[in-house]
Order: sequence, then structure tokens, then C-alpha cells
Amino acid sequence: MKHLLSIEDLDREAIERILDRAAAFAEVSDRDIKKVPALRGRTVLNLFYEASTRTRSSFELAAKRLSADVVNFASSGSSVEKGESLKDTVLTLTAHSPDAIVIRSPYAGAAALVAGWTPASVINAGDGKHEHPTQALLDVHTLRQKLGSLDGRSIWIVGDVAHSRVARSNILAFQKMGAHVTVCGPPTLMPRGIEALGCTVRYDLDDLREADVVYALRMQNERMDQAFVPSLREYAAQYQINGRRLGPRQVLMHPGPVNRGVELSGEVVDSPQAVITMQVKAGVVVRMAVLFEVLAGAGGRTSRTAPRPTEPQLA
Amino acid sequence: MTPPEPTPSTVQRSEVRLVSSPARPAGLLVHGVHVLDPRTGLDGLHDVLVRDGEIAEIGVAGTLSSPAGVELVDGTGRHLFPGFVDPHVHLRTPGQEYKEDLETGTRAAAAGGYCALVGMPNTDPVIDSAPVLGALFDAAARDARVPVGFMPCITRGQQGHELTEMAELRAMGAAGFTDDGRPVVDAGVMRRALQYQRLCGGVLALHEEDPALSHTGAMHEGELSALLGVAGIPSVSESTMVARDCALAGYEGGRIHVQHLSALESVAAVAAAKARGVQVTCEASPHHLTMTDEDVRSLDTRRKMNPPLRSAADREAIVEGLRSGVIDCIATDHAPHARDEKEVPFEQAPMGTTGLETAFAVVYTALVVPGALTLSLVVEKMTAGLGLLGLLVPQIAVGEPANLVLVDLAAEWVVGESGYESRSDNCAFADRRLQGKVLLTVAAGAVAYRERSIMLSAA
Repeated sequence: MKHLLSIEDLDREAIERILDRAAAFAEVSDRDIKKVPALRGRTVLNLFYEASTRTRSSFELAAKRLSADVVNFASSGSSVEKGESLKDTVLTLTAHSPDAIVIRSPYAGAAALVAGWTPASVINAGDGKHEHPTQALLDVHTLRQKLGSLDGRSIWIVGDVAHSRVARSNILAFQKMGAHVTVCGPPTLMPRGIEALGCTVRYDLDDLREADVVYALRMQNERMDQAFVPSLREYAAQYQINGRRLGPRQVLMHPGPVNRGVELSGEVVDSPQAVITMQVKAGVVVRMAVLFEVLAGAGGRTSRTAPRPTEPQLA
Repeated sequence: MTPPEPTPSTVQRSEVRLVSSPARPAGLLVHGVHVLDPRTGLDGLHDVLVRDGEIAEIGVAGTLSSPAGVELVDGTGRHLFPGFVDPHVHLRTPGQEYKEDLETGTRAAAAGGYCALVGMPNTDPVIDSAPVLGALFDAAARDARVPVGFMPCITRGQQGHELTEMAELRAMGAAGFTDDGRPVVDAGVMRRALQYQRLCGGVLALHEEDPALSHTGAMHEGELSALLGVAGIPSVSESTMVARDCALAGYEGGRIHVQHLSALESVAAVAAAKARGVQVTCEASPHHLTMTDEDVRSLDTRRKMNPPLRSAADREAIVEGLRSGVIDCIATDHAPHARDEKEVPFEQAPMGTTGLETAFAVVYTALVVPGALTLSLVVEKMTAGLGLLGLLVPQIAVGEPANLVLVDLAAEWVVGESGYESRSDNCAFADRRLQGKVLLTVAAGAVAYRERSIMLSAA
């Protein structure tokens, strides 16, 4: 696999291959010396056009644990603020011969565009409201650890589906792994046509009990300014996952950061059903597996131990 | 006290102006060519003689001999149509000459078989005053290879609040009025423009969109926009405004022209208004006739336009509208943008595709060859647009100025394979294999375009 641009591009076999490798890498994270030389001498470039703490640091840790060199490039304080276009930035950075570019952009399709401009492998770390494939992979990884298999499971994704790349990638990923997905949220935040992805659409939590997994999405404050919902109070009343709504055998997930008291009540965040910190932990090993997959895995570049030449090579 | 009736003499009405640079009147004999003109009923093999820029003689094939000084054009196996006209193009002058100018835009038009165009006013500055319009006429007299007219803005600065000095602009030769690129959002302003039309005349050409509904949308709202996570532009953002403006035009007795219909509901709204007797005409673009939102799946920014490519059902409704006569003409909405403006993520890219060089071949390949539309209907709709504005209706008849296009319907070509005449290359049809190639264009009596392969010989 040369790039990871979307979950849409992956089949179940590819997802399982990446996650099996992630499981193998998990052991590395528990060592005293958390490093293997798998990508020694490779350069990973983090190109982030949106504020991100957990995804960027997770990618950075993943690359470093594989002994790759990491360069972080954030849009603030850089040439981007001087008006450089995405294409020119990518061409400039490509001149440094990175092996992989991890990109986060506020615009759909940005990662795919970048893949057309650079010989490096491109990993989509979120493109607008389109996809966030590594988030979906780490969520599937977490659920495989917790439940064994997703086959036949019912997963409810609750909240602002319209503005969520996490929702889109997870609808696709969970279904590919055999789960049935229900999306639930305010009708004003439910994109028209979303049922074409194969999920069930609900506007209330009346049947939430049927879910094996409840995946709450972050309710972004700026949506309030655009009056998608009348008030956070009303949103919480209708859609907050709280102790009254969450059953004892249901697994609770959230991509973070959590708005306590809005989409989740404090008590469920701290409950044993919540696997939110497991998700964060899975983030590092899954991103190690993704970096390994695109840089050294089957169908990508062949694994080499010798230092690679300075010129980038096309797979 | 009742105000005095305005007398027509208080407004100096002059002819709508179509301006081009001076060119030598053509002398041509196209022999053995299949002439097709839906208006004059010509549909068969003829010889057509053009002298001093006028159609001098039309005879049965093989009967005309060429006088001295007239070039011979072999029409064997080729078709001769009245020149195409386009009431809706963006020539980007003044201010955005890096995208297009009058010379490159009219060169692209000539290469597409067009003999006349009307330019839109969303330039920089916008065309909303007599000095800007006058300067454009002057520039066209220097640079335009085919005659161009201009539609100034309905509202000052294209801001949607105050009317432009429509009477003065009209007296200078404005082809009509439009805020194209933007809708006239305020119904009160739209109503005043319709009332004022009684004084100054001139069709109001309308870009129909309710920005409260289209909002930040970048593509058609549907299953694909849901999948791609791109904000959608719902069909109703167009159709509700079409219905509103048809109602206003009916109430005020005004004359409107709805630009680039994209949605099934809009076609229905225009059909209903026409049935009520509202003076409304409308146009469809080659891209809305032949493409759908599926063509945007790859987020190719060359296929980002406003209104967006819509569903298969919408596309079929547009084709059916053309067939039934609800849609009066084909207009390209030729909208050039520089490459660096389009080489950005889809949501950031400006709206628009070029279209002049590909319009006929696109419609011919996608709709005439498979039998969805007749060739005669397509020629009629590609030559009707300026007539709707009270301007030119090109015809192949003796005594008419020569406005002609010679086409090889069998010739295949790939869009963009030899570049473009336009300064910009944001063509939604790039890399498509098309059938039907323009070989020669005569505009206002002068040869405006000649395909390299076409050999002319002096008699």
C-alpha cells in the first residue's frame, strides 16, 4: 500500500492486516526502551493545517518508536501564513525527500491532491469533513481488543454527523468489519443522503439499548453560532450519553477531546464502559502499523535495512 | 397630481451593440456541403457562396462556380450550420486578464464555432457604469475576433442593493442586465429592476440561487456529498428563486431569462411560468446536459461549477427540457480560471469551467450520437441564445451576413490534446474523446477561425 487516503479504499483484509501488525507493535509500547529500528533512516513529515494535539503527537510518537526521523510543519508561523499554496508547500517540502507525508487539512480531498504532487507516501490525518482513516483504524483496533470481533455488533454513532470526518470513516470501517451502524443526531446535523453509506438513520436515542457500542461525537461550539441546534442545553437533553442512557454492558467511545456535560456526562466518561484512553493508546500502535504498511509493508516499498539513497523513489 | 406619462422620446434608445475588431470580409465558396439550418429549413447538399462577407448564393451541390478571388472550401462529407451564439460567457476583462481577455476569449469562441457572444459583468471592476462599458466596447473594437456584446450589472457594484443607471447603459448598447455569479437576493430590488425595465428595456438575465440555502456548499447536495463530506448545494436553492422571479416577472409584466438551469425542479418552475404566460426564457449548459455529480467523485476542481453538476434525474430533466422546448438555448457559462486557482482543494477552488471550445462536440457526442437529441434541435438551441435578447439570430439565407460554422461530424479529437485557445485550461471535459470538430468559423462576414488541416484554394 503506497498511501492511506481513505477507509473507502481499504477492504476488510487490508484493515485486518494493518491491525494485526498494530497488535504486534503494542508490545513495543510496553517496553522500557520503546523503540524498534523498523524505519531507521526514513523521514516522516507531519504537515498540519489544523490545530491538532493528539493526532499529531500520536503520529510523531509512532514514527519515533519505529526510529524514523520526524519533521513537524504547522501552518501557523510558516510560509503558509505568507500565502504559499498547498502545492508549493508540498513541492518545497518534497525537495527534502521525505518518505512519508502525514497531512491534516480543513479541506476534503487534500491528502489525495498531495499524493499527486509528491513521490512520498501520503497518510491522511483528516481532510475536512471527509475522512480520518487512522482514527477509524484505531477505533476498530480498540473494539477488536475489547470485543474480539465486530461481526454482527450494533454500533451507534451519536452527535454531529454532518461535520464529522470521524463519523464518515467509522461508518465505512465498522461496516467493513461486519458491524451494523446506526447514526443518530439532530436532523439539522444529519447530512442528506447519508443512508446511502449503508447505515440506519435515527433522530432519537429511544432504542439506544440495542447498541453494543455507543460512539459519541464531539459537539463543536462553533456549530452553536450557526444555530444548527437551539441550545447546548436542548442538545444535551436530547442526545447526551449519560448514566441513565448508557447500559452496563455497552462500550462507550469518543474521539476526544470530550466536552463533559455536553455530549457525554462526567460519570460515563469516568465509567468502566468508557474506552476513551484505550483509543488514545491504540492511536500510537495503529499509526506505527500504518507507517510501516506504507513505507515497508506489502505492496509498498520493500523493507530495507541499509540506508536508503537520498533521492526519493517511486514505488 | 398624476405624474406625466413618460414619453418614449425621453429615452434615447439605440441599438444593442455587438462589437468586433475590423476584419477583411470573406469571399468563400463552400461546395458540396450538407447545409443544415433549422430556421430556413435547409437540410441537404448545397454550394454556398459568400462574397464580401454576405451569403451571396445558395445552390444545389455542384451548380455554383466560383468567381475570381473567392476561396474554395471542400465541404464534402462536412456540415455547414449557422454560427453558434452564446449569451453567457465570462471574458474576465477588465481586471482578470490573467484568466482570459477579449482576444483569447473570442479566439476560443471562434474555435468552438461561435459567431457572437455576450460577456458577463462580474469583472474587476464590475461592469456597472457607462465608462466601464464604453471602455469595453473600445477594447472589443481592437481585440475581439468575433462580435461581443456586454450585459452590465442589474445592481451597482453587483451588491444587490441599488439599480445601475440602466437607461444610460441601455442607450450605450447594453445587451441586457445581469448580476451573474450572484443572485439578486432581495425580492424588492428584483421587483424594482423589473419595473424599471419598462423604461429602459433589456432582458434581465438571472443567476438563480438562494445563498441562505446554498450557504458554503461546493457541490450538489446528495448521496455523494454525504459520502465526500463536502457541504451540499441543494436543488431547492435554485428552484425556489426561479419560482420567485417568475412570479415577480409575471406580476410586473417583465421579461426575464433564467441562466444555467441545473435542477429538475427549476425546469418545472420555468415550464409552469411559461404556461401562465410569463415572459421567461432559459438556458442550459453543455456540462449540465452531459455530466452529473458522479463526475465530481474524484473532486476534480475543473468540474466544480455554480450551479453544480447535479443528479442523473436532474440531467435527464434538462435534456428533456431542451427537447420539449421549455429550455430555449444552450449557453456555455464559459468561466476561465488560472491553473493555480484551480490547483487547490475542491472546497477552496473557484467555480467554473471553460466551455466555448468544446460545447458543440460535447453535446453532439453525448446526446446526438446516442440519439437522445436530433442534430437539428442542437443546432437550433446553439444558435438561439442571442435572439432571446433581441440580438442576432444567424441564418443561412441569401443576403444575410455570413455567420457560419463548418463541422466535420465524423472527426474525433481529445479535449486539450493540442492545448486551448482560451488562456485558461480549467475544462471539465479535459481528456475526453469527442466526435465533431469545428473546421471553419465565419463571424459577421469574416473568417474568424480555420482549423489547421483545412486547405483553402483560390479559384
